[in-house]
Order: sequence, then structure tokens, then C-alpha cells
Amino acid sequence: MSAMRSAGIDRWLYPTDRGLYCEPADAYIDPASPVPRALITHGHSDHARPGHGSVLATAETIEVMKVRLGAEAAGRFEATPLGATQSLAGVSVRFVPAGHILGSAQIVLEWNGQRAVISGDYKRSADPTCPPFEPIACDVFVTEATFALPVFHHEPAISEVGRLLASLRRNPDRTHLVGAYGLGKCQRVIRLARDAGYDAPIYLHGALMGTTELYQRLGIPLGEIRAVADTRPADLAGALVLCPPSALADRWSRRFPDPVTAFASGWMRIKGRVRQSGVELPLVISDHADWPELIETVLETGAEDVWVTHGREDALVYELGRRGLNARALALVGFEDEGD
Amino acid sequence: MQPFALLLDTLTTTPSRKGKLSLLVDYFRASPDPDRGFALAALTDGLFPRLPLRRSLAVLLETRVDPVLYALSRDYVGDTAETVALMWPEPKLRGEPPRLREVVAAFAKAQPTEVPAILGDFLDRLDVRGRWALLKLIGGAPRVGVSARLAKTALAEMSGHDVSDIEEIWHAIAPPYTDLFRWLEGEGPRPDAGGKPVFRPLMLAHAIEEQDWTTFEPGEFAAEWKWDGIRVQIAAHGGHARIFSRTGDDISRSFPEIVSAFEGLDVLLDGELLVARRGIVAPFNDLQQRLNRKAVTGRMLKDHPAHVRLYDLLIDGSEDLRSLSFRERRVRLEGWYERKRPPLSDISPLVPFATREELDTLWADARDTGIEGLMLKRWTSPYLSGRPRGHWFKWKRAALTLDCVLMYAQRGSGKRSSYYSDYTFGVWRSIEEPQSETSPRGDVYPGHELVPVGKAYSGFTDAELTEIDRFVRNHTTEQFGPVRAVEPRLVLEVAFDAIFRSPRHKSGLAMRFPRIHRIRWDKPAREADTIEAARNLMETPRTDQISGAN
Repeated sequence: MSAMRSAGIDRWLYPTDRGLYCEPADAYIDPASPVPRALITHGHSDHARPGHGSVLATAETIEVMKVRLGAEAAGRFEATPLGATQSLAGVSVRFVPAGHILGSAQIVLEWNGQRAVISGDYKRSADPTCPPFEPIACDVFVTEATFALPVFHHEPAISEVGRLLASLRRNPDRTHLVGAYGLGKCQRVIRLARDAGYDAPIYLHGALMGTTELYQRLGIPLGEIRAVADTRPADLAGALVLCPPSALADRWSRRFPDPVTAFASGWMRIKGRVRQSGVELPLVISDHADWPELIETVLETGAEDVWVTHGREDALVYELGRRGLNARALALVGFEDEGD
Repeated sequence: MQPFALLLDTLTTTPSRKGKLSLLVDYFRASPDPDRGFALAALTDGLFPRLPLRRSLAVLLETRVDPVLYALSRDYVGDTAETVALMWPEPKLRGEPPRLREVVAAFAKAQPTEVPAILGDFLDRLDVRGRWALLKLIGGAPRVGVSARLAKTALAEMSGHDVSDIEEIWHAIAPPYTDLFRWLEGEGPRPDAGGKPVFRPLMLAHAIEEQDWTTFEPGEFAAEWKWDGIRVQIAAHGGHARIFSRTGDDISRSFPEIVSAFEGLDVLLDGELLVARRGIVAPFNDLQQRLNRKAVTGRMLKDHPAHVRLYDLLIDGSEDLRSLSFRERRVRLEGWYERKRPPLSDISPLVPFATREELDTLWADARDTGIEGLMLKRWTSPYLSGRPRGHWFKWKRAALTLDCVLMYAQRGSGKRSSYYSDYTFGVWRSIEEPQSETSPRGDVYPGHELVPVGKAYSGFTDAELTEIDRFVRNHTTEQFGPVRAVEPRLVLEVAFDAIFRSPRHKSGLAMRFPRIHRIRWDKPAREADTIEAARNLMETPRTDQISGAN
């Protein structure tokens, strides 16, 4: 599409101190503070916050918000099926899969013949717990930049889980304690372990139970899940246990004698991060696009204007500029550029 | 190359010494010759001492990697080898990965100008882990938490031999250590030192602690000055002489005049290497100039002349004295020195004392006499390798302190690559012409500016690191890559061993062993110390004569 077509989009879609705002629809996308109308890409806490008047999101994202934030977290929840188009004061709004976590979506906005895609967080590699990212041709593409440096090239997640299972076989008496974010990463690791043939019960820290049960309710089979709290520590020798990353260094983890500690995150590609985390088994498993995926995705959308949000914007803006695109960093409030 | 890469990679995340030893033993058992011998060399003395890695990488990166993306990545990762390994553009079809012996052979016969092409070819044939290991290998000692001694301990463990048996022949053998492995596996004789001088593990001292004083009897100990140089072992045998550092590194090449002084003798000595001019011991900084040089120029020899101050005699001819008491060895040392008198050497004098009070006075005066502290050695102790308890004590002079103001913070590397953990701090100096009212520093202390006096990255706890990191992020005034300039608000009480004149620093001063002693959150920045206070802590030039023993 021509540069002319994207000219002036920022007159109807622009960042404010509450987040990205679509003026004709009077709606904010993933706002940082309560607004009358919010469009939510996915359920992670820096994107889905409580207190909005109404929330438009996928049914799965709404379920996630209710489990994590409470049924009263928004004045009104309105579910939209993936791929369906609806109109907000003349702005066409469509949610399409982002491949990040269950329920995650890109938001496609069209107005006056111009189309913007706000991708939220996304990845392109396979994930058995959510439908894959769908590239949409557009004039402006809004992309994250969590792993936007050429040093980030995630290994196939299935082979990383393979290393975890190999370590379990090599150390049959040691509990394998895997730090993983509670929404998305945890369930993906479990599902990948099942796909690789691991059929023993998998144990969870209490903080991961709610979302994991939700995934199962929403039709993602995860096998037998048990709570660590209901199990005698002696029975956890050689077991696979998942917990929030912070719990690895917490007093909670002292109940496991001589555990192998692991951390499932895209950051584990960097040795400094591995050392900082102190884990013995770093697993490079990410729910965000790596550097080649970011570039490939931007090119696939055909967008001539690219707005880069949270993460390492400098490198991506530079690289896209080198390739002749108009890329700029969008300083949006409220997003974490570290979570994975 | 891949088994070795896997070993290095796994070592970096294996916390326990026991775990590391078992990985090393497994690797040495499973890997063929000569690869394992080259791996051993890489973990101990390094494999390629003179490869122009930095220059070669610059040549390679120019054609393969965008400079801006490289700079951003290097800044983020904090390590050159790792950055290159991670961002190296992979060829569509990767060739057969090289074996370690192929890598060694290729670099061994390479001209410096050929290194980039060879390196590029290997990088193309390796996966990310292999690329990282290769670059670490070429860069010198790969820092994977394995000391040369731990590697040798693994050899001891795999063979049942004592580690000191391995250390004693270490300098008589060379990569790929095929004879060594044959002996370790019981398939060959112990490699023979073949008349070459070899290293014997040193005896080291413990820092004296409060409880050591409760049982301290003055009559049981000899006292010596703790000289401010580096501990060395001089091994002379069969017409050759070698100088070994306390870790067994051969540093002969940097000190040819000392080698000449001991050639032709048949002896093993323990001593302190110093720089001395016309009988006066120079500050440690002068010795540092010599230590950093691989090739020694005539000018170096003239301007920074080396000298050895002898502490102990371990082997005299064919007689091993190490089982004798310190008292007996001391008599033998004095007798030996009287007969041989090698040039550029003397004996470290004993410091007589009768009571604990006399000792306290000597220690308290150490700073005035420009000495690092006292050594206390039990008269009856044999010479024992390692750091045995209860025999030798070091009693370092008290540290100096200054209240300095944090000026710049730099992100650390490795474990600290996301923390601002390296701190440059300064003291106040009055400026001739007061700055305009808008001068940022004028706000804190009008008419004064900060001049940097040192840099430190230790002395604080992890919790304090987190707090300083937060302070740095919240008070940044400017950012240059990994360095942030901060508002002059935080006072750091810095402890250091000495402060000396240095033309390289804006303040004209530099510190030895600076570390953060306390963080003075409570202290207003303008009450920090001044440059005059710092200068007053400089040592006056030393006047102690070289030949103290005679």
C-alpha cells in the first residue's frame, strides 16, 4: 500500500497518557488506566486492567479477566468472535489471532479507507494452546519489540521441552522446578510435555492453578494436574513442578530437597540473564516473536508505517528504516517490556 | 568441538564444585585424544595466546553484521564473544562442525591476516553454542567458573592421583597432554620433568581473625613485612630458571632480568617480586606496568627494574626442605643466600618482636613505612601446599576511607548485566570561576565541581546493589551506552588500600583496591570529602633500603 494511504492515520489513532486511543470509536486499546470503552488484545495484566466501563475482547480473554481480576472487573464485558467484524461509531473493528496465548488477538481497525492493525503481543512459532498468528495487510502495523535485537532467535520450544524431559530422566530423584509465567507459558510447557509423551501428574504452585484450570475448561487438555500444596514433599522427588518465576528464589522452594531449577523464558538465550536467574536449566521458550519473526511479520503485513511499542524499539526502528519503511517508536505507558 | 561446547555451556549453569568436577571427569573420560588435551589447555593456560581476536572480529563483522545493530546488541548482552555467537547470520546450509583438533591445527599455522577467514569458516559450521565456545576459546581463558586448579583436580579425581602430583609435572608437559592422559589412565609412566624447572604449589596464608588472637603466643611466631608486590616461586634447575605466579602461571617472559639472575643455580625459592629503583621499592602500580607486558622493551627494564625479595627456601640442589620447620628453612635460606648472592635479590628481613603490644605498634606503623602489613609464620610449620589452617597469617594494614560522591554508573557484565553495578565516584574541587547559576553542580555545592578519583564494583550486598541500581535509574542526567551520569546526590564511603598520583585521571589521583565500604544515604553530598583530603592520604615516597636483611 502506498505511503499516502497511511498518511494522517495518527489523526484518528494516537497515543495518549491512558494508552493508544481511537478517536472516532472513542475507544482505548489496552489502556493503562480505567476508561469508558476498552478494546483488550489479551489477558496479561499489563494489557488487561480492571475498572473499564466496557470491555470488548475475545471470549477467552474475557474469561481470563474474570478469573484473574474478578467477574466485576469491568462494567460490561462484550465478547467478539475471532474474525467477526463489528462497527463502533463507524469504525470497523475485527479481532484476529495473535498466537501469543489463549484468547490473544490482534485488533484490526478501519476508518475512512485506512486500516491499522494493533498486534498486541504475538509470536509466529507453533503453540498447541492457541490458534496461530494471522497476518493482515494494513497501512499501519503496531508491533511489540520485546525481543527486538538480532541476538534473539528462539530455539524450537519442543526441543527445549525435550531437554527438560531428558534432565528428568537423568536425575530421577530430583524435583524439576520450572519457573514459568502463569498465563500462557505455564500451560504451553505442560501441553508440550504431554505432546512429548510425558504422562505423569504435573504439579503446580497455587498461583498457577486458576489459569490452568481455566485452560482445561476452555478445551485445552493438559492431563493430570495436582497442587503442590496437596502433596507430601517426599512424593515430589523426580516430579515436574511448575511455579511462578519469583517462587524459584522464594522460601516456598525450600520444601524441595536438591531441586533442578529451570526457567522457561526467551531471556534464557542471554547468559547474563541465566546467571542472574541462578537457574541450572535455562529453557529458551518464548511467547513473543524473536527478531526474524518480527521483521518477517512486519514485511508480511505490507504496512508502510510501523509503530513500535514496548521493548527494544531502537533496533527494530533502525532495521525497518534500513528496509525503507517508516518506523517510529510509540511511547506507550504501562507496558512491561520484560515479561516472558 | 560440540562436546566441548556442551561442556563449557553446562559448566556456566552448574553451581556446585561437585557438579563441575563430575562434568569435567565425564568429559575427560569420554573424549578422544587429542581433543581432550586441547580442552584441558583451554581450561588451564589458554590455547591461543596470540591470536588477534579483536582485530579479526572487526574484519569479519564489517562484512557480516550491521554496525548499529551490533552496537545495540553488544550493549545489551554485555559480552563481545556472546554477542557475535548469538547474532552471527547462519548460512542456509551448515557444513560439518569441526573437531577441536581441526580448530587448533588451523589456527596454529595461520598467519594473522588469515585468521578472519578461518574464523568465519568455523563460525559458519557451528551452531550458536559452538560459536560461543569457539570465541571463548580463542579469547583466552573461558570464564565458566572453572579454575586451572579445578581442572587439574578433575584429572586427579579421574585417576586417583594426588592433585599436587599433577601440578608438579604441569610445566614440563604441553598440549595436547597425550602422555599425561596415558599416565592418568594407567597406560603409561608418569611424564618426566626431564630436567626442566617445575612449579611446586605454594603455601598460602589466612587473613588473621579475632579468634586467632585468643590463642596467639608471640614466642611461637616469626614476623615479616608483607611486601606490596606479587608472590612468586623461582625455580632454577639444569641451567634454566622459571618464575611462576602463585597460581602456577609461568611469567618468566615478562621478567628476563630475574630469569638471568637465577640461571645456573639449582634451587626452588619463594619470594616477592617488586619493582625497585636505586634501592627503593616502587609502588605496586609500577610493577603493574611490567605485569601487563608480554614483550619487554629495554626501556621497560631500565625504568621499571625488577627485584625479588626472598621469603623461603623449598629445595636446595636435590634436597627437598619442605618438611623442615620454618625456623630450619630460614637458617638454610640465609646460608644459601650468603653463598650464592644472586643479583637483583635479597632476603626479606625478620621483624623482631617480643609481645603482642610491640606487634600492634609495628602493624600500626606499617602504613607510614609504606608496607602492606605483617606476615606471621609459625616457627614450627613445615611448608605445606595450599592454605592450611593455623600456620601462616597475613595481617593487612587498615584501609583508608574517603566519602565520595557517585558520578557515573555502568551496567555490569555477566550476572550483573541488568544492574548498574560499577561506580565511578569523585571528590569536590573548588573551581576558580564560579559557574553560572544554572550549573547543575552549583546547586549542590556552589563554587565546586566533582573530579573522579576511582571506580569500584564490590563491597555491597545484593540488596544494596538493587537500591543503588534504583537510585541510578531515578537520578540519571545523561546516558552514554551502558553508562549513566547521575545527579551528584549519593555519598559512598569508599575504602581503599592506597591512593597515588596518576596522570591518567582528571583528579591526578588513583586508588588501589577501592571498594564501597558504606552507602551514606544520610549524608548530604556537599559534605563529602575534598581533593585536598584525598591528597593528604597519599604516601610519601619510600626510603626503605633494598638490602634490609644485611
